[in-house]
Amino acid sequence: MRLSVKHLVVDRGARRIVDDLSFAVEAGEALVLVGPNGAGKTTVIRTVAGLIGVAGGSIALEGGDAERELPAQAHYIGHLNALKPSLTVEENLRFWAAYLGGGVVDGAAIDAALLAFDLEPLAMIPAGYLSAGQKRRACLARLIATPRPLWLLDEPTVSLDAASVALLAKQVGQHVAGGGLVLAATHIPLGLASERQLEIGMRSAAA
Amino acid sequence: MSGFWTLLKRDLLLQVREGGAVGTALGFYLIVVAMMPLGLGPDLNLLSRIAPGVLWIALLLAALLSLPRIFEADDEDGSLEVIATGDLPLELATAAKALAHWISTGIPLALLAPVLGLLLNLELSAYPVLVATMLVGTPAISFLGLVGAALTLRARRGGLLLALLVLPLYIPTLIFGIAAISAATGGPSGFQASFLILGAISLFSLVIGPVAAAAAIRFQTQ
Repeated sequence: MRLSVKHLVVDRGARRIVDDLSFAVEAGEALVLVGPNGAGKTTVIRTVAGLIGVAGGSIALEGGDAERELPAQAHYIGHLNALKPSLTVEENLRFWAAYLGGGVVDGAAIDAALLAFDLEPLAMIPAGYLSAGQKRRACLARLIATPRPLWLLDEPTVSLDAASVALLAKQVGQHVAGGGLVLAATHIPLGLASERQLEIGMRSAAA
Repeated sequence: MSGFWTLLKRDLLLQVREGGAVGTALGFYLIVVAMMPLGLGPDLNLLSRIAPGVLWIALLLAALLSLPRIFEADDEDGSLEVIATGDLPLELATAAKALAHWISTGIPLALLAPVLGLLLNLELSAYPVLVATMLVGTPAISFLGLVGAALTLRARRGGLLLALLVLPLYIPTLIFGIAAISAATGGPSGFQASFLILGAISLFSLVIGPVAAAAAIRFQTQ
């Protein structure tokens, strides 16, 4: 499987944010987008997630499920956590697992997801009572609860403490080792062996 | 389709847990209707003549209050963007949200209407027709309102704009809803024709609403 982005052009209003960007992420590889604030890291990730329309170029998941759109094969972790404050951590997770997994909830996968991000003591607590870092972990648990090949992570480590960053790094490492693909924008290195960096935005910053 | 039911169940569960929206709409409905006899005086003949119109207009305004919340909460916490990456087409996701709105707001309002009819001296023979027309007409309120809610999602003070956009779309529902009730209480128009047109408007909005709302959401989340 291979995420292939060719000659991508993205406009936001009258401004051209991404101009002729090409890259590929192979199966079992994590690509980290780096660049100054405003370089377009978020724009690239949101475009791959299908939330922003492209002005030119192509995005394809080669070797993926031809029956499903690219966004439906990807996990998108944005700046917001997509948690409902009145539902417990487990209810939030079960909802996303059911919604993103086509109605089938694998109880073992939910338990594994709670365990992976050390959420078991918090499972029965409404998400509204959690701290910012705990909410982020509850959000990230979505990645484990429903298996999807491509992970799109936009600043996944925001509000996480060092121990939680290590938990995330471990999960990303396992996903990559299992042949998954990761496209991330982060300022904190995840410390992966197979991590590749792509610097973007230098040209548009100069233009 | 299982994603559709998952989303519908979650929205209904959130309505139960968070409450508020339904109670506010029902309370608003009660107060507006209760103020009518106070303003118009105790002329029972006048009240029973205008009762269907008052009940329908107040219902539209009460439903309007709860429309902005259809997408607002999901947009604020980022859920809407994750919903967009699901297998379920966005058109069906918005339809699930409109259906949840109808079940949690439209049906309670329609069921409260006969109770409020007492305040307006509505003829007894009109009660079954009143509830029937409201149950058939309120889906149009949810599904047309969905479009307005999606269009004004990220507009500042979107609530006022929403009222301006959506209320004109409710006029056909209002006209045929009232015509059906007045036909049943001896008015000039035929009941069956009005009732069928009311149903047709609801079915039409059931198809148009989610498609238009999904297009508006895609534009808004860009």
